[in-house]
Amino acid sequence: MTAAHGVISLEGTSMAFGARTLWTGLDFELQAGEFVAVLGVNGSGKTTLLQTILGLTSPTSGRVLVAGSPARRGSRALGYIPQQRRIAPPAPLRARDLVGVGVDGQRFGLGSLRARRARRATVEAALDGVGALHLADTPLDVMSGGEQQRVRVAQALVTDPQALLCDEPLLSLDLHHQQTTVALIDGRRRSHGTAVLFVTHEINPVLPYVDRVLYLAGGRFHIGAVDEVLTSENLTALYGTPVEVIRVGGRIIVAGLPEHSGPAHAEEGLDPGADPDSSTASDR
Amino acid sequence: MIVAATGWDQVLDFSDYGELLQLVRNSIIAGAVLGIVAGLISVMVMTRDLPFAVHGISELSFAGAAAALLAGVNVIAGSIVGSLIAAVLIGALGTRARDRNSIIGVLMPFGLGLGVLFLALYKGRSANKFGLLTGQIVSIDAPQLSSLLVISAIVLVALALLWRPLWFASIDPEVAAARGVPVRLLSPAFMLILGLTVAMSIQIVGALLVLSIVCTPAAAAMRVTASPTLTVVLSVIFATFSVVGGILLALGGSLPISPYITTLSFLIYVACRILGAMRGPARRSARHA
Repeated sequence: MTAAHGVISLEGTSMAFGARTLWTGLDFELQAGEFVAVLGVNGSGKTTLLQTILGLTSPTSGRVLVAGSPARRGSRALGYIPQQRRIAPPAPLRARDLVGVGVDGQRFGLGSLRARRARRATVEAALDGVGALHLADTPLDVMSGGEQQRVRVAQALVTDPQALLCDEPLLSLDLHHQQTTVALIDGRRRSHGTAVLFVTHEINPVLPYVDRVLYLAGGRFHIGAVDEVLTSENLTALYGTPVEVIRVGGRIIVAGLPEHSGPAHAEEGLDPGADPDSSTASDR
Repeated sequence: MIVAATGWDQVLDFSDYGELLQLVRNSIIAGAVLGIVAGLISVMVMTRDLPFAVHGISELSFAGAAAALLAGVNVIAGSIVGSLIAAVLIGALGTRARDRNSIIGVLMPFGLGLGVLFLALYKGRSANKFGLLTGQIVSIDAPQLSSLLVISAIVLVALALLWRPLWFASIDPEVAAARGVPVRLLSPAFMLILGLTVAMSIQIVGALLVLSIVCTPAAAAMRVTASPTLTVVLSVIFATFSVVGGILLALGGSLPISPYITTLSFLIYVACRILGAMRGPARRSARHA
């Protein structure tokens, strides 16, 4: 069974909210060790795609498989880095606490003392893996954005997942920390064969690592290598308006994206595609 | 006792203390148990940003208790019914923080108004009336104590069962949902546990002062530690110390116990704030060392 599939497979999936279609007939396989960037403007359904894979929302039609079985909430085959500018916990929290909930936070009951000791070792190994062991006892609210994102990566990797889903993990970071965060994620992919599905509105920071891109726009999509997908013809066809793709000194600049969605590298707020499920964020 | 002109003997008076202690054994047991429960729940109240909800629930709980007093039925039962109605309403209508605040803001004066109405109609002892709002003068009888113990046991078991997913959902809701935590079910479940705790607290400190034991202890603990385990331990110690200490201090005077409890609770908070402010800069620089 599993051999026939990638780590994540979408088979003929469609997603629509009322009259608005995010995508239709999407077939997509994420293979072990593969780095795929998901691109698209605000509201194109990037976050919703991740939520579908996480089992938090069901596709309108089609199948979503994770490690060969239907997507369901709480799969330990997936690591998840949520979209977030800064972690602002309502209570004081140390790095080890945020990583720790990734280990057994979903369990009911109090757990045994032995399990707690084992968790401590697991948490420290995960922090060590991202070079953040020295931050273990540091409160999150005194950390820089880059340090926080390091801890987030450790939390997502603590179950040793087969695939890592990242939702705009570079949003609040400066250029230097963008590079170190992407390099960290890429390093894990190379050492452990962890597949990476990386939602971003800005291709350039991940350009050196990307195997393929999935471009979502206007209810349609394109999958393929960067140079195949990011062409003036493709984007013009996707948006139905003239779009120019220019390569300058190893960077890709996309000009002429539709006005209402703003430029590709604009500051991005919450993805409107996530609206039907975003109440979980305030549902504390 | 000879010079009573100042009125200080009303505030603190420790003559005949040994005999009084026998009389208030029930209150001290109730206070200790309440301290443990309130200390635990206040950690979640702070983490989930719910102090205002506590206040809202307590006013409806007060209305329920006042109605029970008027009808001549069990006051604790009335208080629980009021609490649970408030908890269900807030839990069902206020999943988003902003909705929640407006719903509480609307419910709170309504509950308080109902309570005032019921008390105005009540012809019994006036101490009973005042007690519901501002706390009792040390008087917990045996049936009251056993119902408090039963409610405490229910709350403690529920908290032990739900603590980890509740904590996860409170500090990191997106990842918790992705990890399979039933985030949306936990919210109303916690409101019910909170409702029970508030109903119980009202019997001792009164509806208006519930926050002093269901919010302040954890707020104080969070000033001095970032460790969740230590926060829980300190919060329980602070709450228990405030309640039991307040009861013991109140023994001598003829005043309600609540001012003693609220003052102790507040002083602990002030001390923790000062301690936290002194250690804060050190903590920040330590990580660069």
